[in-house]
Amino acid sequence: MSTQAPTSGPQRLVILDQSIKVLYQSILVLSLYFLFAGHNLPGGGFVGGLTAGAAVSLRYVSGGAMAVRTAFRLPSHIVLGLGLLVSAGTALIPVVLGGAVLEHGDREVGLPIFGDVKFVSALAFDIGVYLVVVGLVLMAFAAFGDDLGPIESTAPPEPPDGTGREAS
Amino acid sequence: MIGAVDFATWGGHLAADALAPDRGSIDVLVPFSVIVPLVAAAVSVIAARNRIAQRVIGLGALLAVLVANVVLLVRVDDMAEGIAVSQAGGWAAPLGISLVVDRLAAIMLVVSSLMLVSVLVFAIGQQAEERRFAAFHPVYLVLAAGVSASFITGDLFNLFVAFEMMLVASYVLLTLGGRPGQVRSGMSYVVISLIASTFFITALALVYSATGTVNMAELSERIPQLPSGVQTGFSLLLIIVFGIKAGLFPLFFWLPDSYPTAPNAVTAIFAGLLTKVGVYAIIRTQLLLFPDDARQGTLLLVVAALTMITGVLGAIAQDDLQRILSFHIISHIGYMIFGLALFTLAGIAGAIFYIVHHIVVKTALFLVAGMIERKAGSDRLSRIGGMVRSAPMIAVLFAFPALSIVGIPPFSGFVAKFALVDAGISVEQWPIVAVALAVSLLTMYVMGRIWAGAFWGTCEDAAVSDRLRPGQTRVPLLMTLSTAVVVAASIALVVFAGPMYDLAERAAVDLLVPQNYVQQVLGATK
Repeated sequence: MSTQAPTSGPQRLVILDQSIKVLYQSILVLSLYFLFAGHNLPGGGFVGGLTAGAAVSLRYVSGGAMAVRTAFRLPSHIVLGLGLLVSAGTALIPVVLGGAVLEHGDREVGLPIFGDVKFVSALAFDIGVYLVVVGLVLMAFAAFGDDLGPIESTAPPEPPDGTGREAS
Repeated sequence: MIGAVDFATWGGHLAADALAPDRGSIDVLVPFSVIVPLVAAAVSVIAARNRIAQRVIGLGALLAVLVANVVLLVRVDDMAEGIAVSQAGGWAAPLGISLVVDRLAAIMLVVSSLMLVSVLVFAIGQQAEERRFAAFHPVYLVLAAGVSASFITGDLFNLFVAFEMMLVASYVLLTLGGRPGQVRSGMSYVVISLIASTFFITALALVYSATGTVNMAELSERIPQLPSGVQTGFSLLLIIVFGIKAGLFPLFFWLPDSYPTAPNAVTAIFAGLLTKVGVYAIIRTQLLLFPDDARQGTLLLVVAALTMITGVLGAIAQDDLQRILSFHIISHIGYMIFGLALFTLAGIAGAIFYIVHHIVVKTALFLVAGMIERKAGSDRLSRIGGMVRSAPMIAVLFAFPALSIVGIPPFSGFVAKFALVDAGISVEQWPIVAVALAVSLLTMYVMGRIWAGAFWGTCEDAAVSDRLRPGQTRVPLLMTLSTAVVVAASIALVVFAGPMYDLAERAAVDLLVPQNYVQQVLGATK
């Protein structure tokens, strides 16, 4: 994924830009680690999502709102919606299978490199939470981030939640 | 091999666990009213660019919830124990999250989902905020989930979560459009809600440290073992928390300030449901958690009287239709608290009937106010008039809920008020009965003023009357239709007043004997 954002005016810092090229991917990997470690260790979907949000905000610091918008291929409201769908879906699927709401199962699987790994279906819920948090961070930058630099032409006033932008 | 992850085994494992509580299929429906709107909200966010799809999703989900809730009410009322319990995650009660639907919760679920569907149709017909903002549908569905969750939760902490869900959604709905007035009053709404939430979470922490649980059924067993001073403290703290939500006497000031600025449909649903969620929480916690001597009967009676009086006096002083009705909500919250504060079977049954009546009638009044504003171009009584000729349909739709809320016989308000006053007389609480009757009279004055201002007379303001030429502004059919449905529901309440009151009485019996609730929740998975 390229971090090369369109020029955002004279105040761009070369050192910041170059370090973010390294940091952005590393922090995203760390956030994924938090996401997967979260079942039994500190971490989880929310913490992972916040870490990914920190990576996104680094892009904002260096490249402005445009750099944030190009960070993910999917529009931010889709990320948010998918996240909510996945986590609310994990509440519903056990009911369809005949269990209680939000009921979860686990299963140990031997993988080639990782050894014995315990998969829990609660991970799906965590992934949903992760996506919701990331989507929310993206939306917040999309809605309120435009005053950093002359990257985008000034848009008409938007509703505070930012989804109005997606519709227009 | 990654392919070794076998989903079928998971499914089998889950199904085996589910066979343990052999309580039939009804418990499956308990979490339905929370999960379905949330899933629908997610799909609605993804479909943000397609308003038609959003409408289909929103209406479909809420209609499904309505049907499920009606089934739930019928089934729960049929059961001898009158309660359906679902333990989220399959964990037994003190560990897991209990979702409980007893008769009161089922009644509230049915009424609230009917209102949610009708108001959504109204909002679609209005072609205003619903059409302009992609956020409307998802947030409205989250609000629906939050309202349902606060009715069905059997766990004090999850009541907090449900409140937050509701509040976050209401922040967005309240400020939809971002006009300066909205943002200003939205700020005070956010601040007061945050203060209430802080009180709530503090109360939760204290309750947990004193009892070691937040499960309401367990609390019901453990709170009576605490020193009586501590019990009273918790009781008061929770009344303050929910009193802010409900708009009780000294804590109501935020309500008439913030509600009128929201879009019409939003105000209607807030007025119908949000304050009543607070009242529901007061009823639930007072009756379930606290033994007789920690209940605040006298305090609640005084607060109820003051709430009735200040609300109606505030309403008299206003000129703006939405503000009159907003002050008026407060006045009627007093009636519900009056019924509860008697702590008798008749009083609580009356309060439950009153809540149902008030949700329906108040929503109807706000929807009609929205129609008046659309038709006349203003909601200031001094600027509109003569609508009985220019819009006879609106006049009819206003007349029914207005007469009902005053308490004129054959309407549902009469039945509700009669039940409360009768309950008050039977325990000889003369002062509160007198206040309730006097406030009814003042309510009649308020409704009479709206009638005289909006429907009789002529329009004085020449500039506005230009826009009032007949045929100039037509009220969309969907707005009229959905308002008519709500008005019809209020009429149905009086046609079926007998069975409805019996149902309220059965719900009140359940509430007064919490042992059954405790046993069902704690024993459900044993």
